[in-house]
Amino acid sequence: MKTSVYYKTKRISLNMLIHLFLIAVAATCIFPLLWMVSSSLKTQGEIFKDTSLIPRVFHFENYYLAWMEGGFGRFFLNSIFYTASVVIGIVIVASLAAYAFSRLNFPGKNILFFMFMAAMMIPIPGSFVPLYILLNKLHLRNTALGYILAMINVGLSTSIFLLKTFFDKMPTELEDAARIDGCSKLGIWWNVALPLAKPVLAVVVVFNALTVWNEYILALIIFDSRALMPLQVALMTFQGEFITRYPLLMAGLTITALPIIIVYLLMQKYIVKGVTAGAVVG
Amino acid sequence: MRIKSTLENYIFVMPAVIIFSIFYIIPFIWVFRYGLHDWDGISPMMTYIGLGNFKEILEDKVWWNSMLNAGYITLIALTFQNALAFLLAWACDREIRLKNFYRVIFFIPPVLSEVVVGLVWQWILDGNYGLLNHWLIHLGLPNLARNWLSDPRTALTVVAVVHSWKGFGWGFLIFLAGLQTIPRELYEAARVDGANAWQSFRKVTIPLMVPVAVLVAILTILGTMQAFVLIIAMTGGGPAYHTQVPVLRILASMRGSSRFGYACAQGISFGIILIAISFIQYRFSKKARQM
Amino acid sequence: MRFLSLFSVCCFLLFGNAGCAPKKELQKPTITIWHWMTDRELAKKYESLTGTKVNLELYAPSDAYSQKVRAAAQGINLPDIFGILAEKRDFASFVKAGHILDLTPYMEENNGAWKNSFFSKALAVNEFNEGNSYGVKPGVYGVPIDIMTIQMVYNRGLFKQLGLNPKEPPATFQEFLDIGKKLKEANMQGLVSGWGEVWMIDCFANNYAFNIMGKDKVLATIRGEVPYTDPDWIRVFGLFKEMQDSGVLASGIVTMVNKTAEQLFANDKAVFAFNGSWCVNVYKGMNPDLDYAAILPPKVSDKYPMSVWGGAGSSFMVNARSKNKEEAVKFLLWLTDRDQQAYLAEVTNNLPANKNSLTRIPDILAQFARGMESATHPNVWGVSEFSAVIEAFDKGIQSIIIGEKTPEQVAAEVQKIKERELAKKRQ
Repeated sequence: MKTSVYYKTKRISLNMLIHLFLIAVAATCIFPLLWMVSSSLKTQGEIFKDTSLIPRVFHFENYYLAWMEGGFGRFFLNSIFYTASVVIGIVIVASLAAYAFSRLNFPGKNILFFMFMAAMMIPIPGSFVPLYILLNKLHLRNTALGYILAMINVGLSTSIFLLKTFFDKMPTELEDAARIDGCSKLGIWWNVALPLAKPVLAVVVVFNALTVWNEYILALIIFDSRALMPLQVALMTFQGEFITRYPLLMAGLTITALPIIIVYLLMQKYIVKGVTAGAVVG
Repeated sequence: MRIKSTLENYIFVMPAVIIFSIFYIIPFIWVFRYGLHDWDGISPMMTYIGLGNFKEILEDKVWWNSMLNAGYITLIALTFQNALAFLLAWACDREIRLKNFYRVIFFIPPVLSEVVVGLVWQWILDGNYGLLNHWLIHLGLPNLARNWLSDPRTALTVVAVVHSWKGFGWGFLIFLAGLQTIPRELYEAARVDGANAWQSFRKVTIPLMVPVAVLVAILTILGTMQAFVLIIAMTGGGPAYHTQVPVLRILASMRGSSRFGYACAQGISFGIILIAISFIQYRFSKKARQM
Repeated sequence: MRFLSLFSVCCFLLFGNAGCAPKKELQKPTITIWHWMTDRELAKKYESLTGTKVNLELYAPSDAYSQKVRAAAQGINLPDIFGILAEKRDFASFVKAGHILDLTPYMEENNGAWKNSFFSKALAVNEFNEGNSYGVKPGVYGVPIDIMTIQMVYNRGLFKQLGLNPKEPPATFQEFLDIGKKLKEANMQGLVSGWGEVWMIDCFANNYAFNIMGKDKVLATIRGEVPYTDPDWIRVFGLFKEMQDSGVLASGIVTMVNKTAEQLFANDKAVFAFNGSWCVNVYKGMNPDLDYAAILPPKVSDKYPMSVWGGAGSSFMVNARSKNKEEAVKFLLWLTDRDQQAYLAEVTNNLPANKNSLTRIPDILAQFARGMESATHPNVWGVSEFSAVIEAFDKGIQSIIIGEKTPEQVAAEVQKIKERELAKKRQ
């Protein structure tokens, strides 16, 4: 007969195994981050010889040097500006469109939606040249606005897809109530749909913030004026110059990784609920 | 009245449609046009060759080989990456401590830029001075130590594994969310009915997770087939053609051989294949849902 | 709500700034130069040395730089001075598209004063000759800023460790291979080079091709008159197999990028390196105490001379549509003047393009400079190989090194692709 001690031991050992598994995977995940940070605090010679994770002496000045020599200041602000603008832009544009696809009717609705979905599946490598010429003709090439609009387009399809699926699953009672109260369509969208969609919006925010923050090739091609460059462009140049000065390179990379980690930390509370309600269960 | 209402509806989609038309459709048409020409990307003149590029693609062995490589990486992603994501999500779904801690940690790889990931893993996997070999030797397994990224037998698999490592965070999150929306009552009911852990997993968890799995599969396929930045950072597509993938081939045609028209044709064929795969996926998922 | 107002303030700030920036009314024209020289020293020296108002823009890495130049070319938006990091074929396309100013008249002024100040090999890379196969009007279209050669270097300190005489580097290929055995015993890494970036393999193979069969036969092969399955070519392919078997190649060389190779060599982790003269500055930055010397790659045959690739390191072109053409040309004239070149050479450890500037260069650079005598460059041959063939050639060599294909197999494959490309051309 199996005693309760048996069951208890079984449960404890199972839990221990699970914990070991989780910790092992977590270790591999956090290792690169730790390695990056620890390398940034060492000196050039130490990186190759001393393979321990905790440097003997903490060379915090590497961060100051990287910031100064990489000229990060302006570019950092630019990136924050672009990321914020694009995210806000997409949130508004995509949620408007997604709401319409989900709740409103108009001729051509299905065709339009299908177009957006197809765009998700057809990447256009090589689209840089037409984009360049296009922006040129619109006199938007060397401007922040041009870049922001182009970047809004990049994340548009996926965001619309996510949002529409959520709106589809949303119970209609609240909206009906608002309509009876005399709310306009726009009002319903702003006052009812959006607040309910906070979780999915969090996903959209993180996804697009990541995309814009890490983007550099389009920026490099369409911007001529240094003042408009985002951080990643400076980082690429920085990498080229400092590939031989590892500690500074690592410091630079850490600086660029931090903001996006912060965004995720802030948003992740919402995300679990969001992805749930999003495109998921049946 | 109806007309006014319909017009109002259009206003909702207008911003998206306008931006989309300008920044996607127009460039797409141009790329399509380029695909029908022989052009080096520099001269003001292009030669119209109709479907010539596409015919050449059909015979391009390197292109199809790169597709196979991408397919292999995607396969590993679909199995290893998503199995890992699911297991981790399942482990975190139970009442354990540090759940939130893990949730944050597991999402770090997707957040890091691919260049950083490539650099770090290259250093870990380096044949002579890498950490992995260092540990293998210390653990008494020197025969396993090799030049992971340069050995043609291991290069592609290693790249696929690193790619899965970087990507499982998204799958983990989605699976976790899916698991957490399964009402506890269902598990209670199952236990009352006398089901043990394995049976309740089979009868409750799995059926409710099938739609989630399908969603993750679609996103995985679309994302992994188009991967390339990580590969450039780690192996540059080598050794020989062992880690070439379609997007790398397109870039090579654009920059390396200055065949812009051909590159655009490659891009379009790639798009068509992806749509076909998504379509098959969609039908398959519908069937799975009906089961 | 607060967030919205914060956002509007940011908008205003940035748009306000962006609005102000481009509208500068200057008395003197400003020349804009796009360059890719991530070598910080070089860029800084340019800036401090300029007399005219020059706007230097750095775009890196060089891959991204090329894309930007091409996109700008399409949009007819090139700066006054820029470089084309590409092969002769693309250079030709740029010229034919009207993007590049013909500098021949300036070069020929004063009895060719400007022209003659350069090493002829440096200028040749930027020249198109009579009857060239690209269909470009003959002339000089670019200005070399420095010159370089790609040769072999070896670590004298490690030689001592191996029990070899640091003053006697391998003179023949066989001697080179023999060192491989010693390397295996001592568990050291041999030759490092960026052979993950295929053009470096091409360079190495080509050097030996010249040595084995002579320049004429190589060019004949490119023209399609000699097949790649010729025994001489198979011999070239075979060299890589011999190197791999002897253990003289560092492991992982087939996926190595040149920067990694430079790191390894600079940190005393490899005995040989195959790299360009720009490495002098790089090694100095990573390890100023490195004890090394430069040699020609050890020859295989005595029939023909060993050759290396050399010529212009970086070159600049003038935008034919630039509004400040004269100013731009004046700037380039000044930049390539004897004094500026000497100064640049001193601080950047690159070889000057102006042959009158070779006054005081460090010994190691002098060794590279000597290699210039044996130097050639694909951009001066007047013919270009098909890029598909080059790719198959280089990747084929990679396959030989990793032991997947034999030299004969690779030769056959390359020839097949060559014939396919020739057939296409004839249509």
